[in-house]
Formats: sequence, C-alpha cells, structure tokens
Amino acid sequence: MLARRFPALNPLHRWLAALALLIPLWWFVYGQLDAAANGLVSALGLTRQTHFGEALHFFFYDTPKVLMLLFGVVFVMGVVQTFFAPERTRALLSGKRLGVGNVLAASLGIVTPFCSCSAVPLFIGFLSAGVPLGVTFSFLISAPMVNEVALVLLFGLFGWQVAALYLGLGLAVAIIAGLVIGHLKMEAHLEDWVQQIARGAAHVPDEQISWVARFETGARHVREIVGKVWPWVLAGIALGAGIHGYVPEDFMAAIMGRDAWWSVPAAVLLGVPLYTNAAGIIPVVQALLGKGAALGTVLAFMMSVIALSAPEMIILRRALKPRLIATFAGVVAGGIMLVGYVFNLVL
Amino acid sequence: MKVTVYGPGCARCQKTAEVVQQVLVARGIPVELEKVTDYAAMAVAGVMATPGVALDGRLVSTGKLPTVAEVESWLG
Repeated sequence: MLARRFPALNPLHRWLAALALLIPLWWFVYGQLDAAANGLVSALGLTRQTHFGEALHFFFYDTPKVLMLLFGVVFVMGVVQTFFAPERTRALLSGKRLGVGNVLAASLGIVTPFCSCSAVPLFIGFLSAGVPLGVTFSFLISAPMVNEVALVLLFGLFGWQVAALYLGLGLAVAIIAGLVIGHLKMEAHLEDWVQQIARGAAHVPDEQISWVARFETGARHVREIVGKVWPWVLAGIALGAGIHGYVPEDFMAAIMGRDAWWSVPAAVLLGVPLYTNAAGIIPVVQALLGKGAALGTVLAFMMSVIALSAPEMIILRRALKPRLIATFAGVVAGGIMLVGYVFNLVL
Repeated sequence: MKVTVYGPGCARCQKTAEVVQQVLVARGIPVELEKVTDYAAMAVAGVMATPGVALDGRLVSTGKLPTVAEVESWLG
C-alpha cells in the first residue's frame, strides 16, 4: 500500500513520509473526539443529562480515544523495544549488585519485550548470566506490571497524574520486593535443575537492525497487541459506560471507600485469580472510582490483577520451590497493600 | 536440515515452525523438525524469549515470529 503511494522513494523515506503525514493527522483527529462524541449524542436526540445519554457519551468518547492512544503508544514502544532485546538487558544487568541493579532491572522491565509465557527461560537466562536473584525478581515484577497498555489506559481514562503515580509506584514495588527477596538469600529454593544449569550458554549474535526493520517491528507490535486487546477495551468501556450512567453515586463508598480498612487486602486478594489484561479492567475500575471507591484501593486492585496472576505463578513453579513462590507472592502483595494504604491515607 | 523450535507450544511457536518449514521446503531442503517445550532445555540452549529457532543446532532467532525474509537471510 505504501509502495503504491510513494513509488519513487526507498523504504526508509516511505516510512518517514507516512509518519510525517500520520502524526499530524492523529493529533488533529484526537483533538476533535470530544466534540464528535457530543455531536453524535445530540444527533441521536439525546442529552448528557439523561443516564443513557451520559453512558453513550462515555462510550463514544473513550473508545476512540483509548484505541488511538493504544495505536500510537504501542507503535512507539514496539520501536523502542527493538533497542532492548532480552539478551541486551541481561548483559546490562549481569554482575550488578543489589540496589543499583534492582533500580536498573525495574526500569529495563518497562522497555524490554516480555511475555509471561517465556518467564521461566528468561528467569533462568538471567540467573545463569550472573544476574543476582533479587535483581532478576525486580525485572520479573516490573515487566508485566508496568506495561504500555496499562499506562495508556490509565492516561486515557484517569489523566497523566494517575498514570505517573502508577508508573512510579509500580517501579517502587518491583525495586523493593526484589531487594527484600535478594536479602533473604533464597537461592537454595530454586528447583535443583535450575541450580545446576551451566553458565554462559550459546547466544544469538548481535545483529544490526535497520530503521526500516524497527518501524516494521513497531507496526507488527500494533497488530499483535492492539489486535489482541481491542475486544477487551470495548467490553471494559461498555461496562464502564453502564456503571457511569446507571450505578448511583457513592454506591462503592461502603465497599471500596477509604473508611473500609479491609478493602485494600480484599482488593489484592480478589486480583490474584483475575487475569484479564489491563485493557479490560481499567475502564471498569475508572467508573467505580467515580462512584466513591478510594483511589488507593483501586490502584492496589489493578496492580494485583496485573502483577499477581495465578497462571504466571503456575508457570514459575517449574523453576521455583514453593517457599520461594510464596515469598515472591507475599512480598509483592505486601508492597501493593502498602501502596493502597498510603494512597488512601494521603489523598 | 534440522530445525529446532523452542517454545511452550503457543500459537506463535506453531506459526514460527510453519514459516521456517515453508521456506525450507520451497528451497527443496529436507526438514527434520524438532519441538522443544522443556524450559530447562531452552535455558541450556540460551533461549530467553520464545519462540526460539535453531538451524542444525545454531540458534538464529529468539522472541519473535520470523518473517519469510528473515528465514531467507539465515540460510544465506
């Protein structure tokens, strides 16, 4: 398609021309979304004063907004990730001490491509290259929790302050949990076969990646991620719209409000078996927040859903003995609860 | 040629095996496909992100679904 539009250009120039065209267009359309949603609601003969009108406006406005943000950010992250292959991240972390290593590992967790299906080989790859156990855990906690899809949804639905808070606190939980696990010296609680794996296995040769290949990776990333999460976004926003329009104000205050002390641990516990991706849960949670739920409780719930998942524990069980799994879950849950309580107290 | 695909049996690993096989068959190279799903074996081979691909024991790709052009480039 691009080739036909710009036949005289080489692939890189074609990409740059397309981006120069698409970025301002994206910006312009994004600025018109609120007006378009208002127009659409009144064109249907409704006003935002009615429950149904308000729910429709939420849906018409937030769906394109979140999807557009996802397209943009996921593309950029796809390109950024080509600079941080797991092998590169491992080399950066190898031999780092606790402390500096944990901060670095948690930060690299944001930009290194990660899928929980390869958590075990990655975990072992890190350990065998001399990355300390605590540092490896900081990476393993941060990588799924602080991801671009969660941050986009938080930014789109809550604003940049909450997205920044989530980013900062997610990193803090990953760093501190990794430090604690490192200090507990639990290397003996790795499965025996993990302890026996030889150091320095074969590795993929460093390849020079062209910018065209990086852009193509970005586009592929969009197809994979956005292609997977858009039904969740739609379902989440539709449910959220229903809550917005119909659930009475203060409905959630009693069960998720800041006066209910037990709500934070309950939210964390509830999050463990729930393993929807961030895309489905965040729009619902945003709607609950408007109905009297406390921000700390809500953040704790989201972090727990994303960072503490039963399927990932089962995968990790292959490499970790039960005590280390329990410690991992306990330390992360503790960190998340702390975040929840601190927020409910401070805000 | 011996093709080893490392991965827990996910859809992407399946696709990876298909793409590599398709290119080799098109070139008339006989394929002996091996699928490794054991995490310990993956770690020993140096695969940190799945799917991983090795040709005759030489690791050529990890963590992505290779394109036809990429497979061609491994064969030289």
